[in-house]
Amino acid sequence: MSSKQTDPSGSDRLQLEADVLVIGGGPSGAWAALAAAENGAKVVLADKGYLGTSGATAPSNTGTWCVAPGEDRAQIVERRWQRTAGLADPRWMLRCVDRAYENLLKLVEWGYPFPSEDDGKLYIANLRGPDYMAFMRRRVLLAGVTVLDQHPALELLSNGETVTGAAGVDRQRHRDWRVDASAVVLATGGCAFHERILGATGLTGDGYLMAAEAGATLSGMEFTGKYTLAPHGSSLNKGLPFRWATFYREGGAEIINSDGEPLRNGIGEREKEIARAMIEAPVYARLDQAEPALQDWLRQGQPNCFVPYSRMGINPFKDLFRVTFKAEGTVRGTGGIRVATADCGTDVPGLYVAGDAASRENMTGAVSGGGAVNSSWAIASGWWSGQGASQFARRHEQRSAFRSASKPLGEAGLRPTGTTKPGLTARDVVAAVQAEVLPLEKNYFRDGNRLEISRLTLDTLWHDVRHHLAGTGVDRYRSREAAAIAATGRWSVNAALARQESRGMHRRADFKTSDPAFTRPILVSGVDDIRVEGSPPLQHGKELA
Amino acid sequence: MIEVISGNRCIECDICVKVCPANVFDKTGGVPVIARQDDCQTCFLCEIYCPTDALYVAEYADGPIAITEAEIDERDLFGSYSRALGWKRGKPGGTQFDPTHRIRVAQV
Ligand SMILES: Cc1cc2nc3c(=O)[nH]c(=O)nc-3n(C[C@H](O)[C@H](O)[C@H](O)COP(=O)(O)OP(=O)(O)OC[C@H]3O[C@@H](n4cnc5c(N)ncnc54)[C@H](O)[C@@H]3O)c2cc1C
Ligand code: SF4
Ligand code: SF4
Repeated sequence: MSSKQTDPSGSDRLQLEADVLVIGGGPSGAWAALAAAENGAKVVLADKGYLGTSGATAPSNTGTWCVAPGEDRAQIVERRWQRTAGLADPRWMLRCVDRAYENLLKLVEWGYPFPSEDDGKLYIANLRGPDYMAFMRRRVLLAGVTVLDQHPALELLSNGETVTGAAGVDRQRHRDWRVDASAVVLATGGCAFHERILGATGLTGDGYLMAAEAGATLSGMEFTGKYTLAPHGSSLNKGLPFRWATFYREGGAEIINSDGEPLRNGIGEREKEIARAMIEAPVYARLDQAEPALQDWLRQGQPNCFVPYSRMGINPFKDLFRVTFKAEGTVRGTGGIRVATADCGTDVPGLYVAGDAASRENMTGAVSGGGAVNSSWAIASGWWSGQGASQFARRHEQRSAFRSASKPLGEAGLRPTGTTKPGLTARDVVAAVQAEVLPLEKNYFRDGNRLEISRLTLDTLWHDVRHHLAGTGVDRYRSREAAAIAATGRWSVNAALARQESRGMHRRADFKTSDPAFTRPILVSGVDDIRVEGSPPLQHGKELA
Repeated sequence: MIEVISGNRCIECDICVKVCPANVFDKTGGVPVIARQDDCQTCFLCEIYCPTDALYVAEYADGPIAITEAEIDERDLFGSYSRALGWKRGKPGGTQFDPTHRIRVAQV
């Protein structure tokens, strides 16, 4: 690539000290930084890109799960819980809606320009991504947080007992950085395996790899079977407009569903049928179920959904256009770093987690939390993790004393055990992982035999990654991303093999129904040797096919 | 994917270099260059942050389509996303008129 080389041990390196280091500048990182700063902590926030445009929220238009305090609040939570395929925890859900509501009111107080409903009441249940994140950037800077843009973190530091900071590269100034901190919040988002979807370029599972290297456990990594429709070749994985779509074959023949009716609604129960149709042949869509008034609201309310159509020069309400399912990994899936404490601590002292980097099973179980729950979780978990990390920092203030004892933990993609292989680039590694975890026929529709082949393929790839993959200069972040994507693929496939049932977005052809014995999370840990826990003993007659 | 920086429109403020979440642009001392086009995530955000509507991101994310500045001009596409949102001169605006509450029926 075109980056300059830099001497990683050169004197031109940025070195900072903080009480709390937040890694990641999406909504959860921004809220974490605000909470920690409000608690009196000295806070540094490092983002791979730019706080304001990075992450899954910034280019999108996100609805929150906004539940006002009141008597029916418990029923609303209960109703949503019914949709989580049994894995969510209503206590976490209640806490989350309450915290998120409080923070949405903070936005009102701070003057965020919410739209009004017809009766003049502010409508606070929707946050338009670019505006929301530009606003959050201003608040974070106002709170006195030191923001490091274009500073991907590569690895955590540890003194053997607690996490004591992180190190990375400044990809614009071509120098290394290191922040010594008493506590760290991972707010690095999910992992979409470098699929070209909105906001996901930097979402490569770096936080999972850093956490796992420090000894943290991951949970729900099998829940990566979430896909969303997009115009073919575009980045626009916005499901909402497809609510009003009818699906066709090239040439305009309607695709007929299993009840003999035209196949409609891309975000409902027929999704599976659309996926199946797409494996057979290209699928086309037209948003012909939208009434004229709705067409206007869609155009105005979701301008980013309509950018591709106007640029392609087509009218999606009248013209047929080809569609694809975009894989969303854990971004709209639910897996991530296990939340071990009420303040979003992980299994590792001094390490906290927020937003999509955390497992969202407590909130949304085996179904996607995209469309409401995830953004409220990002707000609430961001807040809790910032508070938790700042309190931890107060209890463990050691600063310079621990710096000498701190060691970097990063291995895969940074410090290969052998020599680098010229043929093995970050790009090759990503492509090899994608071949296992993106295709609908492997990851939307799962099957034990095929998963086993994927597992072996990725194990072999991992061997190469560990022994040979490394980058130089700032391009180390690319080899590190590739390593994180490969590690995430392995965790996902291992967890998917262990969950010998179907539940939510985890669809096994060889175990078609849900099994009550699996109403519990599958935990994975370890980087080279992966340990899987939580799967019940094999049931009678349910041997792995 | 990011396709065009219009040298005619650009005022060389380097905002796009700073804000691109994928670090696609490089400073040159003059008009920035698209240095790492393949890293572009087709998020359209550089367009709305640009104070002079000098950038154009094509809808196709998988690779460049080689659209020309002349065509973008003729179809009045420079700044079209900013106008749809209500952003002006690279600054946020318009979200208070977002009618999404009318359509948020069943997004999953
Ligand atoms: C198209 C789309 C639409 C969505 N719509 C909705 C919706 O309507 N409702 C809803 O609830 N949810 C929605 N979601 C989900 C929602 O956007 C996410 O849940 C939310 O953005 C999570 O916030 P986050 O801060 O945890 O992660 P992100 O916003 O993804 O931010 C992660 C940040 O971490 C940074 N980062 C990553 N690795 C590193 C590293 N190594 N070093 C430094 N920084 C790093 C990234 O640059 C990024 O800024 C949508 C998602 C998508 C993709
Ligand atoms: S933001 Fe616009 S005006 Fe500023 S340097 Fe980039 S293209 Fe030029
Ligand atoms: S579209 Fe997004 S990723 Fe591409 S150049 Fe513009 S800001 Fe960067």
